Amino acid sequence: MSSVMSSAGAITRHRLFWPIVALAVLLLACVLKSNTFLNITVLDGHLYGGPIDIVRRSSVLLLVALGMTLVIATRGIDLSVGAVMAIAGAVALSQIAASDNPESLAVVLSAIGSAVLVCLMIGVFNGFLVAVVGIQPIIATLVIMTAGRGIAMLITGGQITTVTSGPYHTIATGYWLGLPVAALIAGFFFLVMALVTRRTALGVLIESVGINPVASRLAGVRARTIIWTVYVLCAFFACVAGFIRSSDIMAADANNAGLFIELDAILAVVIGGTSLAGGKFSLVGTLVGVLVITTLTFSVTILGIPANAVSLFKALVVILVCLLQSPVVRHKLRARRRAVAPAPVEVPA
Amino acid sequence: MTDTAVTTQNPTPIVAMTGISITFPGVKALDGVDFRLFPGEVHALMGENGAGKSTLIKALTGVYTIDSGSIIVDGEERTFAGPAQAQAAGISTVYQEINLCDNLSVAENIMLGHEVRTAGVVNWPRTRNAAREHLRTMNLDIDPKSSLSSHSLAVQQLVAISRAMVVDAQVLILDEPTSSLDADEVARLFDVVRALRDRGVAILFVSHFLDQVYEISDRMTVLRNGTLVGEYLTAELDRVELVQKMIGRALAVLEELEEAPKRSVAQRGDTQPYVQAIGLGRKGTIEPFDLDVYAGEVVGLAGLLGSGRTELARLLYGADHADSGEIRVEGVPTKMRTPRAALARGIVYSSESRKTEGIVGDLTVRENIVLGLQADRGWLRRISKRKSDEVVNRYIEALGIRPANPEAIAGNLSGGNQQKVLLARWLATAPKLLLLDEPTRGIDVGAKAEIQKLVADLAAQGMAVVFISAELEEVLRLSHRIAVLRDRRKVAEITNSDDVTTDDVVHLIASGGQS
Repeated sequence: MSSVMSSAGAITRHRLFWPIVALAVLLLACVLKSNTFLNITVLDGHLYGGPIDIVRRSSVLLLVALGMTLVIATRGIDLSVGAVMAIAGAVALSQIAASDNPESLAVVLSAIGSAVLVCLMIGVFNGFLVAVVGIQPIIATLVIMTAGRGIAMLITGGQITTVTSGPYHTIATGYWLGLPVAALIAGFFFLVMALVTRRTALGVLIESVGINPVASRLAGVRARTIIWTVYVLCAFFACVAGFIRSSDIMAADANNAGLFIELDAILAVVIGGTSLAGGKFSLVGTLVGVLVITTLTFSVTILGIPANAVSLFKALVVILVCLLQSPVVRHKLRARRRAVAPAPVEVPA
Repeated sequence: MTDTAVTTQNPTPIVAMTGISITFPGVKALDGVDFRLFPGEVHALMGENGAGKSTLIKALTGVYTIDSGSIIVDGEERTFAGPAQAQAAGISTVYQEINLCDNLSVAENIMLGHEVRTAGVVNWPRTRNAAREHLRTMNLDIDPKSSLSSHSLAVQQLVAISRAMVVDAQVLILDEPTSSLDADEVARLFDVVRALRDRGVAILFVSHFLDQVYEISDRMTVLRNGTLVGEYLTAELDRVELVQKMIGRALAVLEELEEAPKRSVAQRGDTQPYVQAIGLGRKGTIEPFDLDVYAGEVVGLAGLLGSGRTELARLLYGADHADSGEIRVEGVPTKMRTPRAALARGIVYSSESRKTEGIVGDLTVRENIVLGLQADRGWLRRISKRKSDEVVNRYIEALGIRPANPEAIAGNLSGGNQQKVLLARWLATAPKLLLLDEPTRGIDVGAKAEIQKLVADLAAQGMAVVFISAELEEVLRLSHRIAVLRDRRKVAEITNSDDVTTDDVVHLIASGGQS
């Protein structure tokens, strides 16, 4: 009996308990409102339905939050991700638009290649400012956050570049093995990073640098290289997210692509239990955080919440989840529970 | 079990703690401990690392919530939700690691939260004057406007005490206040402590230096493994008894541990030193020096705080970059650009600042121990669970790390055990040259003797060791050769022998090598 209770207690104390409850409640609300929500249908060999939609829509945020998790684990933050997304779309689409044959796979691949190179350079620049020059991450990445959209604007010549390119459009709208390509891309990189951080020593070294950079350096850890690397990775994932976003609408919108996504990404990371103070991080937590935020955005339409109350609704759910996760609130709740029902006396077996 | 407590002329304790228990994940930190503190006494809290001294203090000051027991302060049962409440009730604490803001001025540090206000606005001239007054009672003549970081650790310690006394504290807790002070500074601190005691302040004093405890304290409470051993009058408990009570072992074992490793001239099989520094220096840090370290020998660095001991070691480790001279490793000129480069050549450095430069607090004991090994291998080749188990268990056992749980969070361990974790981290990399900066500071007698013995054994097995300690006895006991530093300069080098005494070394330090 008491072991059942204590294991139930252990579950509620798990740092992902409340985010998962929030996710479940949101999904339940959607199901109650629209009872076909959970139905997954097969159309032309592709899967369709509410859950598939959420997964597909999560992919952009998941990629951005993936990089953000690693950056935050090193005590950093990357505000430039939205601008990097805009630049990625601008470079790729401009190059495709300028080519003779937008439908050629080779053209699309080379456009993607150029965009990746540009974004990696931005990552190197961010990492250089933080790891070598020692500028505070929030300031260092603010440079690209503000200048990046200007760069994207220069690339697109001040226009919203639109193209028609079958192969590029596949990134966001295509299906493979019945699943959306965008979700497969995000899932692939998520798995790769989950494996790389936990099967190699990268994860623990990132945590070590995030907890105590000085001690880590003295222990022989290449603290500078690690910090540099996470900014490059973060820019790379933002770049891929930028492809998905621009492929969805087949347009490079320098002003609006990935606007404010850095905030959603930071939120997803925090909901996932990774502290902004750096150190221990959880990619699975970030995944849950991303799903909570995406489901939230998705559910407002289903629940019929008026458009001008959407931000408020979102804010309320997020603050609730964050409050339930906060150690202070948890402590208070637990103290109250204990006061109501005194702890059962352990009877030795 | 518990020895009878002694009565005193003043029957009402200002602090009475009864049956205090605190449990951390994986550690029972305190188990039904009683403690009382009377006004106008210096009460020493004694015990080995991990005995629960710091935990008891944090229970009293509200940093930790107690699981059971009661705390009565000034006749009233109290539960403090944090140090601020404890301070408001007249209990001020100066912690082992100085908890001040480096980047603020001395006056701001002292008066933080107690600034003098005129019409609701902080009046800085008057605030600074008040700070100056507080400094004067400490016999500390420094500019309140100067930045705290511009002062030595010793001065910072006195500033921390000034800060604690800003509120009219009835109880002053000093947790290892002397661990980074030299003899003069300790004397100065004790004058202040005595003056406060005579004013009726109850002072709780924690120190690993037995001499200091006997010099300053009136009464002591001994803890062991989170339980109370007893309360005694200092005058009635001799040292041997005290140490026995702290360690809980028969004295013979202690003597065996304490037995000094015999110094002998190192077996210099090699004709060339393992590491050779030639004119190595760095502007503003340490003047160019020469130093040879041979395999199998312990080179002690003697000198006062700030004499350049740490700076010398940091240059050898590549933690700082030298701007003159060169380092040769086995005769080959080598650039030590990063700690990693040093690590790759078998040179490791254990810093004097455990908390800020050593332990990675939120990681486990296991992760902390294999960190150096892992850093050396790079991130791609993760150390397997099996290998890590083998290394971690070997060192937990060999060094007696408590709790012997690889998954315990390193930050929750006591200072001495953290030191052992650090030693384990370095020994696991099988180094050729071990640079040890104050490895025994702030740790108890038993652990200290164990670490000394370990150093001697390692040297006997052929490791080169550079040993830095403020305690000359320790340096003399372990070293084959001693380099003397003063004012950021190496002033002398002597070969150790039975004839060399601490007085000789003190003389060298004082005269700056000019005899």
